[in-house]
Amino acid sequence: MVELKGVKKRFGDLEVLKGIDLRVDRGRIISIIGPSGSGKSTLLRSINNLEVIDEGIILLDGVQVNRPDLKGLAFERHINHIRQNMGMVFQHFNLFPHLSTLENVTLAPRKLKGMSAGSARKLGMELLDRVGLADKATSYPSSLSGGQKQRVAIARALAMQPKVMLFDEATSALDPELVEEVNRVMKGLAEEHMTMLIVTHEMAFARDVSDWAMFMDGGVVVEANTPDHLFSHPEQERTQHFLRKHLGAHA
Amino acid sequence: MDFDLMIDITPLLVKAAWVTVDISARALFFGFIIASALVAMRTSRIPPVRWFARAYISVVRGTPYFVQLLLVFYGGPAVGLRLDPFTCGVVVGAFNIGAYMSEAIRGAIESVDSGQNEASRSLGFGRLQTLQHIILPQAAGLMIRSVGVLAIILVKNSSLVSIISVIELTYQAQRLIGSTYKPLEVFTLSALMYIVIIYAVMGIVEFLYRRATRYAFL
Repeated sequence: MVELKGVKKRFGDLEVLKGIDLRVDRGRIISIIGPSGSGKSTLLRSINNLEVIDEGIILLDGVQVNRPDLKGLAFERHINHIRQNMGMVFQHFNLFPHLSTLENVTLAPRKLKGMSAGSARKLGMELLDRVGLADKATSYPSSLSGGQKQRVAIARALAMQPKVMLFDEATSALDPELVEEVNRVMKGLAEEHMTMLIVTHEMAFARDVSDWAMFMDGGVVVEANTPDHLFSHPEQERTQHFLRKHLGAHA
Repeated sequence: MDFDLMIDITPLLVKAAWVTVDISARALFFGFIIASALVAMRTSRIPPVRWFARAYISVVRGTPYFVQLLLVFYGGPAVGLRLDPFTCGVVVGAFNIGAYMSEAIRGAIESVDSGQNEASRSLGFGRLQTLQHIILPQAAGLMIRSVGVLAIILVKNSSLVSIISVIELTYQAQRLIGSTYKPLEVFTLSALMYIVIIYAVMGIVEFLYRRATRYAFL
């Protein structure tokens, strides 16, 4: 489904990804944890080319995402097509403030898939209902809480019927009491076997929802295992240190 | 104050004021097209295109409008560029305001949070679609206000085309003073007309601004 081979990324002199290999099979849910600056967000953003990697290969269903051989418009066409199959959820929601909640969800299927206004509306309402916000269809993002915004953002990403959902610290910007409603929506997706890659600071949630967990630090995957194993019996000293610090503060 | 005289000359000045509006509106229209082209050129993949746009903007901003006007009107024929005064006023006004406007448009576009671009691109929208559906609607408010300020400058600058004898508000005022010897009355009246024009521009700008930013208050 999603496969990374030897992915390297530099920002100037700083190498933030030092050769990452990763495989996400269909229906799998993988959490990536790690300290700030470990490269976990960069890794996620690289998968849909919001960051351009310097070396390595990224594949989506066997199709290469990064194509250093393609330039200009040819690459643009290629990547736009690829991105339509990947849903991305951002830390700061990035809802379109000039569009209503429903329009936020329906814009992409209407403009990119040529869906009729009627079908798009039906799909949009279904998705808003799924994230519990059907009653907010005509509201604008400025009138929503952070948790509601993020749920709309999830619905917006789902509207393109993506093969994989990428969550980049989806709950990090939320007030603590709003985290749960977003987690619930993500858990719902997990139960429907959506393929998901989750970068998160929520250790309990990562442990609960995912079936594979990775700990990243300094641009490398330090340790990867089943969540139970990784969180209860971390083998690497760096993982132990991170979890002690993090669970100590939050448990 | 000779109020009778002021009433007498009002029709002539209103007619001239219309020329001021006409020349400014045309310069604004073509200036906007020039500005849009300059914005596109500044983001071009081809370096010389970007350099040209930047150099052009620097030259226009680095020289007085008055000098640009004189250069094109009196210097133009030497290189085969013969323009009648009105056309010259429109052309120089458009190329002048276009340079400033391109910076205003670019600033408005850059003011939109970069997360908006990322969200749009991550859905699969291309650069132009993102500009059309996501960035421009959000940049519109700021863009309208900035362009509005430039439109006001354009109207005031248009008084300078009197030097190349376009019969607009200021030129007509000077002509009337020549025949009446009443500068206080004539210039007071023409100043009032500039105020009316500029308040009308401000009203239109405010109306468009409200429409463009309506979503923020819903």
